[in-house]
Amino acid sequence: MDTVATRLANAPTLAQRAYNIRRNALRMGEVQGQGYIAQALDISDVLAAAYFHAMRYRPEDPAWEERDRFLLSNGHYAIALYAALIEAGIVPEAELETYGSDDSRLPMSGMASYTPGMEMSGGSLGLGLSIAVGMGLGLKRKASTSRVYTLFSDGELDEGSVWEAISSASHYKLDNLIGIVDVNNQQADGPSTQVMGFEPLVDRLQAFGWFVQRVDGNDLDAVVAAFDAAKTHPEPKPRMIVADTLMGKGVPFLEQREKNHFIRVEPHEWQLAIAALDAGRP
Amino acid sequence: MKSTRPAPDLSKPRLTTSAMIASIASEGQRTKPAPFGHALVELARSRPEVVGMTADLGKYTDLHIFAKEFPDRTYQMGMAEQLLFGAASGMAAEGFMPFTTTYAVFASRRAYDFIHQTIAEEDRNVKIACALPGLTSGYGPSHQAAEDLALMRAMPNMTVIDPCDAYEIEQVVPAMAAHQGPVYMRLLRGQVPLVLDEYDYRFELGKAKLLRDGRDVLIISSGLMTMRALEAAKALSDDRVDVAVLHVPTIKPLDAETIAREAGRPGRLVVVAENHTVIGGLGEAVAGVLMRAGVHVPFRQIGLPDEFLDAGALPTLHDRYGISLSEVVRRVKGWLK
Repeated sequence: MDTVATRLANAPTLAQRAYNIRRNALRMGEVQGQGYIAQALDISDVLAAAYFHAMRYRPEDPAWEERDRFLLSNGHYAIALYAALIEAGIVPEAELETYGSDDSRLPMSGMASYTPGMEMSGGSLGLGLSIAVGMGLGLKRKASTSRVYTLFSDGELDEGSVWEAISSASHYKLDNLIGIVDVNNQQADGPSTQVMGFEPLVDRLQAFGWFVQRVDGNDLDAVVAAFDAAKTHPEPKPRMIVADTLMGKGVPFLEQREKNHFIRVEPHEWQLAIAALDAGRP
Repeated sequence: MKSTRPAPDLSKPRLTTSAMIASIASEGQRTKPAPFGHALVELARSRPEVVGMTADLGKYTDLHIFAKEFPDRTYQMGMAEQLLFGAASGMAAEGFMPFTTTYAVFASRRAYDFIHQTIAEEDRNVKIACALPGLTSGYGPSHQAAEDLALMRAMPNMTVIDPCDAYEIEQVVPAMAAHQGPVYMRLLRGQVPLVLDEYDYRFELGKAKLLRDGRDVLIISSGLMTMRALEAAKALSDDRVDVAVLHVPTIKPLDAETIAREAGRPGRLVVVAENHTVIGGLGEAVAGVLMRAGVHVPFRQIGLPDEFLDAGALPTLHDRYGISLSEVVRRVKGWLK
């Protein structure tokens, strides 16, 4: 019998959502034979918690006025967000096989004009938080209760504009803004902390006036708790979740591969990766 | 080893550097104060979605007039132009119409990628009004936006306007609002010359307008150079040189049809006059129009040279770089010889 109770009981767990997101991402990676798959795997738990626990949205109406906004500043993580948008029912699963192809709505770097549910054109790094500040101000002008979630990468902390936005979000007391910085400690030229040090990150962000939590970004319970606290924290401050993540998470042989911004996956390895992921299926 | 300029001849008289925001009005010229600020207030009374945003230059872009009238609709983003334009994109995404202000150098040079990616690429309804266009400051290259039109017109989705005077700015502001999409406007602020009210003129987005006709020379111009062109036409008429002036306030989309038609009328020297580097501005845009239309006429450019311009007093600099009234007259005469 289809009752609310049975539907709830049968609803996928967050761990299953995260698994599905990873699997969608691997399938897209296989289509292109490349992609920022290690990053997609590291951020899947955060996206599962965002889309299936924290955020308010309507899959059939991606532009619903009362939705929470999700900004993907690090546009190269698009493969991960598409995987989540597919899992959320915002993008049809059938389009997965078009990833990165001509005329696809799923280009390799995320763009607002291409994809339902994509709220900004990222890729040129350091843009997202500035847009988030404007959206946060705009939502407050409209007396909206929607929030702006912004995902960006630790490498983006090198960009001065990120700190302009961090200052102004605090100045304007944007408590409707939830930033998530993916600290996988890997950017184009090497480990992020070696390319340009950003620690102690929590202290720095707190000094800028933010409510800051640092969690293991691959611990679903911890990420869920962080989103809950970010939503309910009483102080009129913007909120930041510093998520330490493991590149390649969920596929052991990729977790162990020498860390690199753009991890090479050989053609025969995609199926091996999916099999490895499936072995740990929740 | 760093080389500097030679020491000046201290025995010679010299003008001092004018204030950063030097008036471009000539002595005795009629002016109107802060036309942009007042027009924006007027617009905002009937358009509740209009908000003002600036990067620590509200007072110097006439946005303070709006801020005084609508303090709760004004957003100070601090001296952070990248943030200003990113945030304006976010504000527009939420249904508001931000009028953003800063200096032309900071919008076109420092924040170019933010305007390109967060505003133009996403086709957000953000209006950008920028003071100190071209050579309107004696501060040197840091504040001289000699290349702003070239940069902005190269950007897809961007509409680019270079108004002449206070009368025109008052009309441009509501026209910017009526146009859905990003617009870059060169802003003249403070005491702004009043010129075009003496002509039978209405601003229309995307339209070039013939302000006066003449048989010998056609000056095609935008912005404050239209004021210079009209003054030059009067001066040249004393020498029995008959000068037509085609004002092209919309740099993009360019009114190619009117430009080709007017330039194609036989027997005239065509001169494009712009307060901008001769690279990539109105001059080269017009040249492209004429080439594509098969209009082959004598063609000259008045504009800023491809070099870092000097600091100094504005009248000196306008003479030095050929955009003062006397220099426009002298050059046109020279080309007619």
